[in-house]
Amino acid sequence: MKIVLMYALMSGGLFFFFVGTIGLLRLPDVMTRVHSAAKCDTLGALLCTTALIVYSGGGFISLKLILVIVFLWITNPTATHLIAKAELSRHGNSGKYEIIDEVEVKKDEDI
Amino acid sequence: MYGLLIFSIIFLATTIMICSYRAIKGPQASDRLIAINVIGTKTVVLICIISFILKETHFIDVVLVYALISFVSSLVIARHIENKGAKL
Repeated sequence: MKIVLMYALMSGGLFFFFVGTIGLLRLPDVMTRVHSAAKCDTLGALLCTTALIVYSGGGFISLKLILVIVFLWITNPTATHLIAKAELSRHGNSGKYEIIDEVEVKKDEDI
Repeated sequence: MYGLLIFSIIFLATTIMICSYRAIKGPQASDRLIAINVIGTKTVVLICIISFILKETHFIDVVLVYALISFVSSLVIARHIENKGAKL
């Protein structure tokens, strides 16, 4: 039972890492690449680390791995959000992206 | 059970090499930064699996420190791109 669960979780995590890598290579734009990389980071890391928690089977090491999961789930979406914000502030006014963000609309009304 | 772990680290190393193609050849600085961020996350999972293969459980502390440094570096480079807009 433990072995079957570990195989399922680890192959799911590796599948998400593979799909995220292919999206990072093949998608045409910076924003779509950010989307693919965020899926790869969060869900792939969660599934692979959960497989290792099942393998270690309780104890102090599992607690440390849960801490790794919590840390990755806080930091990776933050970094992805900051990268997308930097890209938008560089190329937002050049007509490359169609801006439908409400923050930008409010800023235009203020000006 | 070791077969699954060894297959996982070989697979992760292959996908890291595929990601480094985008990190080298990315047309803009944001593409390179995304690829470096993904490589950092994959390295975190890779060190976790290696710590179970070698039965060295204090590698997980190394994993925590590596995740912290990767987060801070990507945050600083994103802030630099946002402010300066440099061609990196």
